[in-house]
Amino acid sequence: MAIPTVMGTEVEFGIIVKNDPDFDPISSCVLLVNAYREDPEGRILWDYDQENPLADARGFQVDGEKYTPNQQENIARNKTLINGARYYVDHAHPEYSSPEVTNARDLVVHEKAGERVLEVSRREANALLPAGAVMLLHKNNSDRKGNSYGCHENYLMDRRTSFKRIVENLLPFFATRQIYCGAGKVGSENRNHPCDFQISQRADFFETEVALDTMVKRPIINTRDEPHADREKYRRLHMIVGDSNMSEYTIYLRNGVTAIILSMIEDGAIDRDLSLSNPVRSIKEVSHDPTLKAELQLENGKRMTAIQIQNEFLEMALTYAARNKLDPVAVDVLDKWQHVMTSLQGDPMDLAREIDWVAKKLLLESFIERKGLDWEDPKVQMLDLQYHDTRPDKGLYYMLERDGRMERICTDDEIMEAVHRPPIDTRAFFRGECLRRFPEEVFGVNWDSISFSVGEEPVRRIMMSEPLKGSRAHVEDLLNQSKSASELLANLDS
Amino acid sequence: MARFINQHSRNDSNSSASIWMAASGEQKKKSKGDGGDSSETESEGGQKMAKKGEELKEDMDSLMEEIDSVLEENAEEFVKNYVQRGGQ
Repeated sequence: MAIPTVMGTEVEFGIIVKNDPDFDPISSCVLLVNAYREDPEGRILWDYDQENPLADARGFQVDGEKYTPNQQENIARNKTLINGARYYVDHAHPEYSSPEVTNARDLVVHEKAGERVLEVSRREANALLPAGAVMLLHKNNSDRKGNSYGCHENYLMDRRTSFKRIVENLLPFFATRQIYCGAGKVGSENRNHPCDFQISQRADFFETEVALDTMVKRPIINTRDEPHADREKYRRLHMIVGDSNMSEYTIYLRNGVTAIILSMIEDGAIDRDLSLSNPVRSIKEVSHDPTLKAELQLENGKRMTAIQIQNEFLEMALTYAARNKLDPVAVDVLDKWQHVMTSLQGDPMDLAREIDWVAKKLLLESFIERKGLDWEDPKVQMLDLQYHDTRPDKGLYYMLERDGRMERICTDDEIMEAVHRPPIDTRAFFRGECLRRFPEEVFGVNWDSISFSVGEEPVRRIMMSEPLKGSRAHVEDLLNQSKSASELLANLDS
Repeated sequence: MARFINQHSRNDSNSSASIWMAASGEQKKKSKGDGGDSSETESEGGQKMAKKGEELKEDMDSLMEEIDSVLEENAEEFVKNYVQRGGQ
């Protein structure tokens, strides 16, 4: 039986400061992240002791230097938020890692809350910039000059499931799911065939099937084996193949369908061999063909379109759903996946309310037609970029949403609530509530631990190696009975 | 201190909500599909707002004017200077 779903996303945003000849991305990121002041004392550390990004899921440790910043740098780069999220500087990008959630709907709410957090801090940061300089953020994945940055999805999986089986089953799924998950992009890069418009922001950047890298020679399946949980029981599948989506419906399908497929892999319910001859080539062939007619070469000699391959996965999922009780969100995801697959087989442009790449393509084509431009025009490229702009008054996705042109999954009120409240059904609840209630005594945080420094006592680390423990049901009484961090630690002992 | 933070975060909640809303205009009023729970049911069978390709394109007229008013000036320079190194 598949383990319960636990998931989250890590989104890297593009950052630029207009009218600033000395723009430096790293110092701008530090300014941005520190402009968000939930912890006015600004002294809570990120606990790097718990990290090991060099462990490989195929069973070995890769050579390399583990990054551990000094205390000052640590505080300047990391913010752990009362909603259970981590907001930080990763290399030269601001990154928002959502708290752990148990379903795709909560994932949408919390990923969207991240957009709000970034936008609020962008405005605060702008007030500190020299006159005329304006910081802008984009939730996208490419600068169209060969540089990419990610939207990583994380899914908790049963350690007993063979990694080899995960890889085999996921390669054809990930090469083709972009037909309903792509964020759309003008042109191509990274030495790929030229094109006007393609389905995915990221596809051009994948150069290998399976590897540990995330910054060069990117793999369709990433092997980072850092479970942030009991490593005897769990693995965290760290997927770097997806686009940063703006559409709530697209985010919902991206994470929701993938979670169903992963449960099916755990239960051995993927019983059709859809292995592609060359997944790296296929992911690009699919992306570069918005007509969705391209046929991909399978290892068994057959040729199938991305729609046909996704339909195979959908059929297997429907059989799986008939035999297993899925939670209500998964049932709804399945329903919406069916709707989308039906439309893709007709006219994909019918999905302009649901799917990012379609919404963007319609917007760009309408603009090009009315202005008599071509795809190479900088204004068209600007439109592409501005679709992902985090400003609610200038971002083109938000404009579509405001005009009632996008399907919603949640409400603005739910998103604002998630800026300040953690999900209630994972350990993120305990993390967020401790930060809200005892900010002075929280010393350091990681996904699977929180440590306290109370008075002269030694620092005490509480481990949270079970992602579903620490939920409101588990710890609300404990928290309410603890008026101080000291009482909390005493109550935990008793 | 804990109470201060409580207070702080509540205030912050209100202020950031209002910042967001203020800039997004009358988001609630204009948003047609934003019915919370009802948006899910609306998207199922009815698809009352869904239109076919050509219809949708015609429907884009008002939007194009709005784009003209928000599109970043000096697009050519902006796009040229948009460089994002160091990403995963």
